Amino acid sequence: MPETKLVKNAAGRSVPLKINGKPVIPYKGVGKHNVTGTKHGPKINTCKDFPSDGNKLVGTLKEALKKAGLKDGMTVSTHHHFRNGDLLANQLFDIAKEMGVKDLRWFPSASFPCHEHLIQYLEEGTIHHIEGSMNGALGRFASQGKMKGVGVLRSHGGRYQAVQDGEVKIDIAVIGAACADPFGNANGLYGDSATGLLGFALADSQYADKVIVVTDNMVPFPCVPWQIQGNYVDYAVEIDKLGDPDKIISGTTKITKSPDRVLLAEMTAQFCDETGIIRNGFSFQSGAGGTSLAVGEYFKKIMQEKGIKARFARGGSNKYLVSMLEEGLVDYILDGQTFDLEGVRSMAENQGHVWTSPFTSYNYHGKGNFAGLVDVAILGATEVDVNFNANVVTHSDGYLLHGIGGWQNCLFSKTVILPIPLFRDRIPVVVDEVTTLCGPGELIDVVVTERGIAVNPLRTDLLEKLKGSDLPITTIGELKDEAEKICGKPEKAHFDNQIIAVVKWVDGTVLDVVKKVR
Amino acid sequence: MGQQQNIAEAGNAGPKVRSDCYVRLELTEKGGVLIDLDSKVKSLYGSSIEQLCSNIFEFFRIDNVKLTLKDSGALPFTISARLEAAVRQISDTGKEFIPDMTDENKYPSERDRFRFSRLYLPGNNPKMMLNAGVHNPDGIILDLEDSVAPAKKKEARLLVRNALRQVNFYGSERMVRINQLPDGLEDLKYIIPHNVHVVLIPKCENVSQIKQVETEISNLKKKHEIRQEVFLMPIIETALGVEKAFEIASASETIVALAIGLEDLTADLGVIRTNEATETLYARTRLVNACKAAGIQAIDSVFADVGDMEGLRQNVKISRSLGFEGMGCIHPRQISIIHDCFVPSKEEIKKAQEIMDAFYEAREKGLGVVAVGSKMIDLPVVKRAEKTVNLAIKLGMIPEKP
Repeated sequence: MPETKLVKNAAGRSVPLKINGKPVIPYKGVGKHNVTGTKHGPKINTCKDFPSDGNKLVGTLKEALKKAGLKDGMTVSTHHHFRNGDLLANQLFDIAKEMGVKDLRWFPSASFPCHEHLIQYLEEGTIHHIEGSMNGALGRFASQGKMKGVGVLRSHGGRYQAVQDGEVKIDIAVIGAACADPFGNANGLYGDSATGLLGFALADSQYADKVIVVTDNMVPFPCVPWQIQGNYVDYAVEIDKLGDPDKIISGTTKITKSPDRVLLAEMTAQFCDETGIIRNGFSFQSGAGGTSLAVGEYFKKIMQEKGIKARFARGGSNKYLVSMLEEGLVDYILDGQTFDLEGVRSMAENQGHVWTSPFTSYNYHGKGNFAGLVDVAILGATEVDVNFNANVVTHSDGYLLHGIGGWQNCLFSKTVILPIPLFRDRIPVVVDEVTTLCGPGELIDVVVTERGIAVNPLRTDLLEKLKGSDLPITTIGELKDEAEKICGKPEKAHFDNQIIAVVKWVDGTVLDVVKKVR
Repeated sequence: MGQQQNIAEAGNAGPKVRSDCYVRLELTEKGGVLIDLDSKVKSLYGSSIEQLCSNIFEFFRIDNVKLTLKDSGALPFTISARLEAAVRQISDTGKEFIPDMTDENKYPSERDRFRFSRLYLPGNNPKMMLNAGVHNPDGIILDLEDSVAPAKKKEARLLVRNALRQVNFYGSERMVRINQLPDGLEDLKYIIPHNVHVVLIPKCENVSQIKQVETEISNLKKKHEIRQEVFLMPIIETALGVEKAFEIASASETIVALAIGLEDLTADLGVIRTNEATETLYARTRLVNACKAAGIQAIDSVFADVGDMEGLRQNVKISRSLGFEGMGCIHPRQISIIHDCFVPSKEEIKKAQEIMDAFYEAREKGLGVVAVGSKMIDLPVVKRAEKTVNLAIKLGMIPEKP
C-alpha cells in the first residue's frame, strides 16, 4: 500500500487527504466547514421508459440486478431496518458472486453480525470495501487490515449528507420493505418482516441511479403510506422472506437488569431532574441499549410524580416509549428506527407516532434538523477522554466494533449525557486520550459513571444548578485517575501505519482514522 | 502421585466469566518461568500481568514452571489470588503473597453504626465485588460459606483477603461470613489482619462457638498487633439457636447484632418458607426480644425473590414493625428499598422533633409533664422520639441541634 500523505486536522488527528483515491477534506472544527455548490443531481427519467400500467415487477432479484446493470466497481446500497434479521444483503452479494461481478463498494446504512457471511466476498473480491458501520466479525476483519479498500464510517446524518452532496454516488439501491406495491411504493409497517419505517433508505431512493424495492409482502397499488415513493423506483421484486422477525427485534431493546447500569440510569435521571432539564414541554432523545431504556423508565417515573409532559421524544421507538405516548406523557414520538413490534403497531395506529428519516432528523447539510432541537440526548460511548472527546467505533484495544449510528448527529442536542461505566472488566472507559475520535468534547456535556459525574467545564450553567446537590459531582480528570487506580495504567494499543477506515464528521470532513491493529 | 503434585489449577474461565481468570501451573525441571497468557486485555495490560506473575513466582521461589493464564479482565488482586491458590497446591509454602492495603480501605467501623442493609457477595466471585460499594449498602458481606462451592473454599479465602485489601467498598462496613466451625476458625487467619469490621458466624447455636471465634480473633489480633475492635454478628439459623438467642446475644462484648437466617431455619423447623413469613414469626420476635434485652441490633433475613420489589417492600415494613433494624440483601437493587423502609419518614421525624422540643421546653421550665398541644407525652415516648431524632441526625436528614 503506498504511503498516504497525512495532515493534522483541527482536532489534532493525523488524517489523509485522499481516501480510496478520492480527495477528502480534513475536519476543521464544529461548524467551521462552509459549503457551496449544488446537491447531487440524479438523472432525469421519463414515464415513457416505464410500464404504463405501473407494474414494475420483475421475477427475481437477480433479474432486477441485471436490468439495473450491475457491473464491476459499482456502489450498491442496502439498509439496516431488519437489523440482525436481515436476509437481503447476503442474498444480494450471493447473486453478485454468481454473476461474477467484482470490486463492488457496499454502502449499507449499517451492518450487523448476520453479515459475517460477506467476509468471503471481501476476501475473494466480489466486495472491494464497505462504507458503513462495521460491527463484530466485519470490524475484526477490517481491523486486521484484510479489506482491500479503506472503510468509511459515517453517522446516519452523514450518510444522507454524503449521498445528497454527491460524495457517494449510489449506482444501485436495494431497498427491502415489509410492504410494497408493483409500482414501487413501499413502507415498513405491514407484513411478516415489519420494521416500522424505512427512513434510512430515503436518500438512496432519491439519489441512486437505479432503485430496486424488494418485499415479501406485495400488495396491489396503492401501498400506503408510501414511506418510499414508487416514483423513484425502477424495479419491484417479490421474494419469499426478507427478514427473520425474531432478530429484527433488536437485542438492545430490553431494559437492563444489571444493577450497575440501572444505577447509571437512576443517576442520569436524577441529574436531569435536578438541573431542570425535565420540565413541561421538554424533549429527549432515547437511544437503544439497556441503559438508555432504563433512563427512559426513570424519566417516566419522575414525569408521573411531578405531572410533567414532554412535547416529543426523538429516537428509536420501543414498547417503553410507546407506553409513554399512550399514557399521554409525551405528545409525539419522532421515530428514526423502530426497535420492536409495539413500536411498529403504534406507528401504524397513532398519529402522534411519526416516522422520520436521517434527512429530517440528522442531515447537517440541510436547513436545520430535529436533533438540534432536542433538550437532552442520552448516548453511549466506548471511551471518553479528559477533554470529553468520545469514541463509539473502536475499543481501547483498537478493534473496530461498532458503527456511529445517529450518535454524532445527536451530539447537537442541547445537553448531551453519556452514562457509561468507569471501566468494563479491566478496560478503562474514561481515558487520557480516546483511541478513535468520533465526537468532539465541546459537544459532550456530562459523563455519568457509577463512581461520579463529570460536567464539561463549558457548561457553567449546569454546574451552577448542581450546587448543593447530593449527586457525586467530580471532574473528568478525577474519574480518569480513579479508573487507572482500579485497572492500572493501560499501555497504548499497538497499531500498524495502515489506515483501515476513516471516521467522517457530520459535514463530510475527516475527523479521524482507524488503523490496522498490530 | 508425583505427577499430580506438579500440576495445579485455580480460578474460573468460560464464556460467561468476566473479571476473573483461570490459571494452570505445571512445575518443570528446567526452562525457567514460561507464561502462556490469553487475555482479553492483553494489548493494554499484557506486560504488567506477566510482571505480576513473575513477581509471585519469585516470591514463592518457583524457578521452573509453565503457567497457562486465561484472563477475562481480572484485576491484579484477582490474578494474584488465583495464582497463589494454585501455587499453594503444589508447594507447602507458609507464606502469603499479600497485596498492598489501599489507603481508602483503612477506615474503621463503630459498634452502634446503623446496619439497615448488608449486601451478600459470593466470596469467590470477583466480578460482583468490584462495584458493590457504589450501591451504598451499609455493609458488604464477603461470603465464604454457602455461596462458595466446597472445592473452591481455599481459593475464596485468598480472593476475599485480597479484596479486603484492594477493592474499595466506599465506606460500607466490611464484613465476612466465615464457614461453620471449625473451618471458620481457619478462615479468620485470612481476614482478621485485613481490617475486617464484622465477622458473621453462621448456624450459631451455643456460646462455645462465640468463645472459640473470640479466642481465635484475639490471638490473631495479638499476633498482628491489631488494636481495632473486630465485631461479631452471630447468625441464628436453627430452632436450637432461636431458643438460645439471648445467651448468644450476650455472650461477648464484641457482638453488635444477631441476624436470623430463615432459609435454614425453615428447613430445620420442617416448614415451607413463604414471603409473608408467618411460619417464623415466633423465631423472629424471640430473636428481636433477645437482642433488645442484650442491647444489640436485630437483623432480619434476606428476601430471596430479587424480582419482586413490592414483596420486598412489604417484607421490610413488617420486619421494621417487629423491631428489626436491618436486613440482608442479595441484590444491589434491594438496597434502596430496604433503606427507604428502615429510614424514618419525614412525618415520623417531624413528630419526633416536636416531642423532643416539648421535652426540652418542659425541662427548661422545670415542668414535670411534657405535652405536645393538649396531649400528654409519657417518658418512653420521649425516649423513642429521641432515638428517631438521633437516627435522622446520623443519617444527615436533619441538622444536629446546637
